[in-house]
Amino acid sequence: MRDITKAFNGTFANKNINLHVSSGEVLGLLGENGAGKTTLMNILYGLYRPDSGSVLINGEDVRIRNPHESMNLGIGMIHQHFMLVDNHSVLENIALGFPDSPFFFPDRFIRKKINTFSEKYGLYIDPDKQIWELSAGEQQRVEILKALFLESDLLIMDEPTSVLTPQESIDLFSIIRRMKDEGHSVILISHKLDEIMANCSRVTVLRKGETVGDSAISDVDERSLSRMMVGRDIILTFEKKPLPRGKEVLNVENLHVISDRGLETVNNVSFTVHENEIFGIAGVSGNGQRELIETITGLRKARSGNVSLFGSSILNKSPRVINNRGVTHVPEERIRFGIVPNLLIYENAVLKHHHSHPFSSIMFLDYEAVKGHAKDIIEKFSVSAPSINVPMKSLSGGNIQKLIVGREINNKPPLLVASHPTYGLDVGATEYIRKQLLQRREEGGAVLIVSEDLEELVGLCDRVGVMFKGRFTGIVDPSTTRLEDIGLLMTGIEAGEDS
Amino acid sequence: MKYSFKIINNDSYTRTAAIAALALSLVCGFIVIGILFLAKGINPFYAVWKIFSGSFGSSYGIKETVTKSIPLIMTAAGLTVVFRGKFWNIGSEGQLLLGAAAATWVALKIGQSLPSPLVIFCMIIFAAIFGALWAIVPAFLRARLSINEVISTLMFNYIAAELVSFLVIGPWKGTTKYGYPYTDDIPASVMLGHLPDSRIHYFTLILAVILSIIIFYMLFRTKFGYEIRVTGENREAAKYAGINFLKTTLLMAAISGAMAGLAGFGEIAGIHLHLTSPEIISSGYGFTAIIVAWLGKLNPLLTIISGFFFAGILVGGDAIKLSLGLPAATVQVFNGTILVFLIIGDFFLKHRVTLIKIRQ
Ligand SMILES: Nc1ncnc2c1ncn2[C@@H]1O[C@H](COP(=O)(O)OP(=O)(O)OP(=O)(O)O)[C@@H](O)[C@H]1O
Ligand SMILES: [Mg+2]
Repeated sequence: MRDITKAFNGTFANKNINLHVSSGEVLGLLGENGAGKTTLMNILYGLYRPDSGSVLINGEDVRIRNPHESMNLGIGMIHQHFMLVDNHSVLENIALGFPDSPFFFPDRFIRKKINTFSEKYGLYIDPDKQIWELSAGEQQRVEILKALFLESDLLIMDEPTSVLTPQESIDLFSIIRRMKDEGHSVILISHKLDEIMANCSRVTVLRKGETVGDSAISDVDERSLSRMMVGRDIILTFEKKPLPRGKEVLNVENLHVISDRGLETVNNVSFTVHENEIFGIAGVSGNGQRELIETITGLRKARSGNVSLFGSSILNKSPRVINNRGVTHVPEERIRFGIVPNLLIYENAVLKHHHSHPFSSIMFLDYEAVKGHAKDIIEKFSVSAPSINVPMKSLSGGNIQKLIVGREINNKPPLLVASHPTYGLDVGATEYIRKQLLQRREEGGAVLIVSEDLEELVGLCDRVGVMFKGRFTGIVDPSTTRLEDIGLLMTGIEAGEDS
Repeated sequence: MKYSFKIINNDSYTRTAAIAALALSLVCGFIVIGILFLAKGINPFYAVWKIFSGSFGSSYGIKETVTKSIPLIMTAAGLTVVFRGKFWNIGSEGQLLLGAAAATWVALKIGQSLPSPLVIFCMIIFAAIFGALWAIVPAFLRARLSINEVISTLMFNYIAAELVSFLVIGPWKGTTKYGYPYTDDIPASVMLGHLPDSRIHYFTLILAVILSIIIFYMLFRTKFGYEIRVTGENREAAKYAGINFLKTTLLMAAISGAMAGLAGFGEIAGIHLHLTSPEIISSGYGFTAIIVAWLGKLNPLLTIISGFFFAGILVGGDAIKLSLGLPAATVQVFNGTILVFLIIGDFFLKHRVTLIKIRQ
């Protein structure tokens, strides 16, 4: 890609960017949230057209006008937000993206092909499962299968690991390695520098839409990379003051919850969260964390048990009532739950606080107050946005996350429930959000976080509950527990002490 | 070699492109209509000229156009609300009829005995309530039992039409109307005044415009409008935001139904003065209002303009029906064709479509 420039309404997302990938190479693409990584890749994939600049493939100048042309050129892409059709099976989703399926009995043909690829790359997946039944990691495998089907020479992966468990990431990288050995090229976007260091042979760094670095991986280290990205040193440390636990805020007792599939996904879970405390929930995704959080925040009904806040029950109350009592929520699937993509940024900045003071009177929304609030969040959480009057969907993935976290934490809720709070954030933003969480703790707030990033949990939390198959296999003090022991609990082996 | 279409979302269109798409779809619509006229052996330019001279070309035409724009503006303003909330109410026709029936009933029951302003007020309230009820039932079925509202609201049109037909030949048949399927006329004291030499019942016209403006503010300035838009754009996020889906759906359906019911009130108190067969009470206003709302980009201020435009087509259609001897359904064909092209235009505006060769 040569001298690629792309502006949205006059602000540059990409400015004279140069990028090249050789065959059999894994290129890391780095940059802060909103640096223009996704935009650049969308141009390569034919979703956007560049304002100027050219794309060369095997030395030939090509004009990619749509994803189909890029597929024909051997380019595949796994998007930052999955684009699978929920109510269809894995097989149907793959068949949909595959133009060459035969007219008769496409099922049999596709099924056979899925099996060959599964074996070759160790990508196991049940072709008859519906997409909504799959975990994020499994959905990603479907996306990879789709790309492999098209025999892509170059596979673009936009933040593939943000939503994966550590084990799923390891699997992913072994697939990438196998693809590389077969001469495929991969462009990998990630905010996790260790992943880039371990898996890429070269990196290109973007900053505010411009190329600021392009080096072999052997010439850089994590520190120099983060300096290139943000222009200053960032070391992720957790400065957690020892604090005595305050009053009890949340009390979950013997909670049982049934999942969409009709299975008991939360099985007799009990725990408490106190003031001045961050309580973490660890576990491989799909072990009931999501249903547990949804029940606490009112999005799902419990079968039995109790949830109380400051001693009064909030079990099966509506999300609004629970929110009014002081619980805010950073949801797991940010695009699906957390925002309304087609509404403007300022309208999204009050989603769910819109009904309360100071944003509304009995009937009217005070748009001046709403806009002021939006500006406030954008400034405080350095959300990079052209203005507050653009649709939410024009923000980059990480900036959407910053806005949601900002919105939920800004008015100092007594209990903040956050799923994957730093998901998709660059190092700078991650550092900032973690500081904010710790500050909530110091101010007397209670925080409940779910994360698959064990280091994050261990660094932030006062206590960590480990979830496996709907049960807590242990509640541990991370400062005295080894990571390996938490890992064991995550696989259901109750080695450590019970609380 | 096989060919196929590739369709990609394109959200970054400009205002000029939007206006061009609108103009282009109207032009394409008229070309197709022109071909239809040609097939009937009629010069299409002459026909289109006839339509617009019939509606906008004379003072009589303009007055008739304004008259017919009243129910369209009223109903379409209500539809902008439900369509923004993605509740596909296509039952306005039935809601209008029920409103008309309710208004007639009130006028006949209490019209003689109570002061006329009070009677008119009651007519308005009853028309709105019955129109709203006719929309609330499908809304409830939708929100609680996930029954598709397109089907249910459509079916409710037929029920309302049959009910009105039954009433006017059966229990409500007027004592003074001999063989006709009419109710008695409403008392003269509750008939709405007209502008001189016209059928423009200005009271309803003013009401329609004021309510359109109120609905605009409701949609874009109030909490409830915000909740409607959030619900329509992303139902999951609405749930997360603590918005009650049932309540929001019922309320927006009620607004839309009430507006259609008010249009029915206007037709009774301003035009017909009695209830009669459904085809006569409403010349498909409830359906045309769908197109009006769409052409007005679901903006209740713009629907005032598009309502006027489509009223013109209705009036012009009547004119060519007489002068060119075309069947009564001509106008429906006309409107349907334009709606199809508007939707196609919108699709091409929001998507990029390319023809591609498939590698074998
Ligand atoms: N469709 C769009 N309309 C307007 N602006 C856009 C659009 N898409 C992206 N932008 C802007 O372009 C800039 C770059 O966005 P991009 O999505 O490429 O960032 P990114 O590097 O992928 O960030 P992240 O790490 O957060 O995913 C952002 O400031 C964003 O607001
Ligand atoms: Mg991105």
